[in-house]
Amino acid sequence: MADNKNTAGSGLISEESPGDPSILSIRSLQKVFGAHTVLKDISLSVNRGNVVSIIGPSGSGKSTLLRCATFLEHADGGDILYDGCYAIRDGVRASKAELNRFRTRFGLVFQNFNLFPHYSVMRNITEPPILHGEDREAVRARAAELLHKMGLEGKENAYPYQLSGGQQQRVAIARALALNPEILFFDEPTSALDPELTGEVLKVIRQLAEEKMTMVVVTHEMPFARAVSNRVIFMDGGVIVEEGHPEQVFGSPTQERTKQFLRNYQQ
Amino acid sequence: MSLMTMIVKMSEGLSKTCAIFFLTLLFSLPLGMIVALLRMSKVRIVSAVTRFVITVLRGTPLMLQLLAVTYGPYYLFGSNVARNKLIPVVIAFSINYAAYFAEIYRGGIESIPIGQYEAAEVLGYSKFQTFMRIILPQVIKRIMPSVTNEVVTLVKDTSMAFTVSYQEMFTIGKQIANSQTSFMPFVVAGAFYYIFNVIVDYLMGRIEKRLDYYR
Repeated sequence: MADNKNTAGSGLISEESPGDPSILSIRSLQKVFGAHTVLKDISLSVNRGNVVSIIGPSGSGKSTLLRCATFLEHADGGDILYDGCYAIRDGVRASKAELNRFRTRFGLVFQNFNLFPHYSVMRNITEPPILHGEDREAVRARAAELLHKMGLEGKENAYPYQLSGGQQQRVAIARALALNPEILFFDEPTSALDPELTGEVLKVIRQLAEEKMTMVVVTHEMPFARAVSNRVIFMDGGVIVEEGHPEQVFGSPTQERTKQFLRNYQQ
Repeated sequence: MSLMTMIVKMSEGLSKTCAIFFLTLLFSLPLGMIVALLRMSKVRIVSAVTRFVITVLRGTPLMLQLLAVTYGPYYLFGSNVARNKLIPVVIAFSINYAAYFAEIYRGGIESIPIGQYEAAEVLGYSKFQTFMRIILPQVIKRIMPSVTNEVVTLVKDTSMAFTVSYQEMFTIGKQIANSQTSFMPFVVAGAFYYIFNVIVDYLMGRIEKRLDYYR
């Protein structure tokens, strides 16, 4: 399974869509829960090395969008492409095996960390790549490197309950990075943290941005989004209301709803 | 009959008591997991039928189930009653306890946060790997107190084998009590069960302690 990334485009449904340079493209995505349309015709693309922040009020569909992109929710319509290959086409998913290959391309960091409580920090990080058939020693070395980068040296043998929320989230980031994803999704990574712990997590994300890691971050941390993003997307009511360079969206928003949201946020 | 003779005679039945106990655990613990998974099946009819079977097994006396499994075949098909009563006794006990274990397992499985499944899915664990590596270990830790409860009850329930005259410790004790018009055999039986359960309690406590390394 180690060479997945090269074979992902081989299947029927995941044929290439030519002339698309982005890692992730979403076209006319729709998601319906019962009678409620959560995502209406969402289109966006993410270029390699870019950081895209998604902001908006709760219930606007931000998290659902990430969950569709990571296949945790089943999109009801539209396309999702990774590297120009269809994972979902007109709301139809690729085969299970193909979706598994797409999963090796991205990582997801949850609001509630979702670390495995019965595993040590080290095992949380190393087990997924080892299950993918990677060499145990190489994985352990990479995990140690990641822990160092996350400022968590010496925590290898700790269990999640022994760590603070900020430390747990950094382990979760290391766990996602250990699979060498091409793109990393963050679903409100600091929303479950005490205010004094958000900084350490944002710092790590910022560092990844400097290293040109491709990331999509759903966040309520406006100054952070403004500072770190190449592009900001403001969502409300299941649609993208406004998007653009952070200075434009935050500095001179054109849409009334964006202005109102940002005003409310500053209060 | 001296107390000592009673004790010796009754302890001859202890091996059969232990046979019921260990064989029931051996079969009902895994069987309970199968029943729990059927109970949680997304196929409506499967979960409904399983649910019904569980209510029957939990809603009727174990004693009745013992009689049904032991003598049912005779009344239904005219076949001989099993010569070795251990077989129907263990079948009845295993099925009955599997129903209880199934509900304990189900409660444990449903108490694991959905985020554990989602994290595993995104990290590329297969359904089977997710269950065996992520869910089951956490379930076992959570259900240990309830399982201990059932195991302690099982020790005492083995005495119910007397209803089909299986010669385990309590059945022998009851026979001595009748023939000697003495209450002593029941006191001895009580002591045996108590000691048995002290050991069970100690061992289950050790297992719980070993699972104490995380929260």
